[in-house]
Amino acid sequence: MSAHGSMIPRVPFEEAARVAIEDTQLRRNLGKATTTIRAKRLAVVNELSDWEALRTAGAAIKDRMLARMDEYLLQLEESVVRAGGKVHWASDADEANRIIVELVRQRGATEVVKVKSITTDEIRLNEALSNAGINATESDLAEFIIQLAGEASSHILVPAIHKNRSEIRELFMRKLGVTNLSDQPAALAEVARTFLRERFLTADVAVSGANFGIAETGSVCVVESEGNGRMCLTLPKVLISVMGIEKMLPTWQDLEVFLQLLPRSSTGERMNPYTNLWTGVTPGDGPEEFHLVLLDNGRTNVLADEVGRQTLRCIRCSACLNVCPVYSRTGGHSYQSVYPGPIGAILTPQLVGVENAPSLPYASSLCGACYEVCPVKINIPEVLVHLRGKVVREKRSRLRGRYSPESLGLRALGWTFSDASRYERAQRTGRRAQKPLVNNGWIERVPGGALSGWTGARDLRPIAQQTFREWWKERK
Amino acid sequence: MKVSLFITCFNDTIFPETGRATVRLLERLGHEVDFPLEQTCCGQMHFNTGYQEEALVLARRFVKVFGGAEAVVAPSVSCVGLVRDSYLPLAEESGDAELVAAVRAVVPRVYELSEFLVKVLGVEDVGAYYPHRVTYHPTCHSLRAMRLGDAPLRLLRAVRGLELVELPEATECCGFGGTFAVKNADTSVAMLGDKVRSVLTTRAEVCSAVDNSCLMQIGGGLHRMRAGVRTVHLAEILASTEEEPAL
Repeated sequence: MSAHGSMIPRVPFEEAARVAIEDTQLRRNLGKATTTIRAKRLAVVNELSDWEALRTAGAAIKDRMLARMDEYLLQLEESVVRAGGKVHWASDADEANRIIVELVRQRGATEVVKVKSITTDEIRLNEALSNAGINATESDLAEFIIQLAGEASSHILVPAIHKNRSEIRELFMRKLGVTNLSDQPAALAEVARTFLRERFLTADVAVSGANFGIAETGSVCVVESEGNGRMCLTLPKVLISVMGIEKMLPTWQDLEVFLQLLPRSSTGERMNPYTNLWTGVTPGDGPEEFHLVLLDNGRTNVLADEVGRQTLRCIRCSACLNVCPVYSRTGGHSYQSVYPGPIGAILTPQLVGVENAPSLPYASSLCGACYEVCPVKINIPEVLVHLRGKVVREKRSRLRGRYSPESLGLRALGWTFSDASRYERAQRTGRRAQKPLVNNGWIERVPGGALSGWTGARDLRPIAQQTFREWWKERK
Repeated sequence: MKVSLFITCFNDTIFPETGRATVRLLERLGHEVDFPLEQTCCGQMHFNTGYQEEALVLARRFVKVFGGAEAVVAPSVSCVGLVRDSYLPLAEESGDAELVAAVRAVVPRVYELSEFLVKVLGVEDVGAYYPHRVTYHPTCHSLRAMRLGDAPLRLLRAVRGLELVELPEATECCGFGGTFAVKNADTSVAMLGDKVRSVLTTRAEVCSAVDNSCLMQIGGGLHRMRAGVRTVHLAEILASTEEEPAL
């Protein structure tokens, strides 16, 4: 019943990745973009002598909120209502969509403008609105581009990172009927600006996500770079903000930490160009109606997991994507979820259940680059391994999983390693068995099994003629 | 000091020359080396692939075998990383208080080889001679998990005859990642391709590291290409002398 469709991979990650890796233009676009953002991030992070202390504070604030989330949520509701806003509770995507469609209908509107928000992608809001006869226009330039292209976002912060300028130029000419367009960024932005201005001025309803929601004051914060978000947040009469419950912060003062951590980690800027903060409604200034939709959609399940709950600290900065050697080769679409990259590999399986995304926790070499840059110190490798444990336990609970080649193989290896003489026998047996494959000290092809994947592109070293322990025994 | 060598199953079975070099080096520096024959595998592959049940059995075995050791030294930073970072949470999750205590007792005495030399013994010049052009790949575990810092580089810089060339984009993962290398073979190979390109731009004849698993990935790629660059574990370079030079 719950609409997890925006997050459930249709094919295993490795299959999707195999195709994506072949796309040389994608590799080039991603490589160029992530390298640029990485360098910018590093430069602005190195400027701060207290960066590590800020990360620690960011993690601690989020942990404080998570430990007493129930109380803070009620406080947030009270604060929003006090400031003239309305609060709606949505346990899953369907409920959130029903609430939003109903709110738009009450206003009699058929057009809404949207501020960039992954949470609304998570619940597939645009699809739900469209089914209800309501047209949603994405106002963030990159979101606008992929909406026009009919594609999904491939990056948390830079949804169209997989496209380069000339691809965007071609798209605008084809879809918007523009002629004589150059591929200069300013010219491309101008096309989108002209198109979007009209929408800002005519739409009655705007929908946004939320970067932060302050329990103490009921204030909501959206940070952005373009100013299009501010148009949406201030011009239409009705504002609906969808917020995952983990985006909450206990106090106003906590923003001090996060407004330093977020821009430096995400765009590599000291400060984001637009910081929008509002508290309820103010007569004569901004929207007349403000609705905050608080979304669970699997988040309380994540909270219940002692190791996994650190995932809920995430502020969607995407620093982990930009440093990830897997993401930069496979692109975001290989993850087949609105949450790609390292954070997606741990968040998606937890939101939809590991049985629905069992390949994602394995989409990592555990290199640790993500953990090193995470502004809220999410130990992503630790959570990945924890989730792999859950995948294995889940598979082993079923007959087919229990007797899969991998499960049997690793069980047999475990049994072999649990006794030294058994292990030594296995070394000798392996050495005899590998003989037909060894050529000049290397194995160039293993005909079947897991190792055939290795020898597809790499040579393999065989079991040594004399193992170390054989040498040691001989030497004594 | 009496050093208990934790060879790791991977080195024991596939790269015995690294083990022999470690013994030679430590004995040359005046230490007594012991090799408990009951040791097998630390359980890294099982743990990282999600087979915690099997990993727990191997962790129990490790603390039993090395429990009384003065210092446990391994020429593999990722295996040491598993023992140091993951044994305690694994033991705690098992609810076995005795195991938790045994893990707590042994973990502070488990070292990776270059870390042991530089940080415990305080030596950088181990009297090695290795007249080759070498580039060094800092593995992910050495950089980000065990934080070895520049210990391996300090050791390499003190080797006579060795010409050390900096590896471009050195901190990038080589794509090994244990079972990742076969489960996600295509992505692993795409990562390897970039690493191999970096190695080749150095025009080094040897690529070294503190983990043979990453070196098997890099070396396997280089060998497939017949690139003319070999991979050699740091221990073998450090064991090499004018009297007994290593290749």
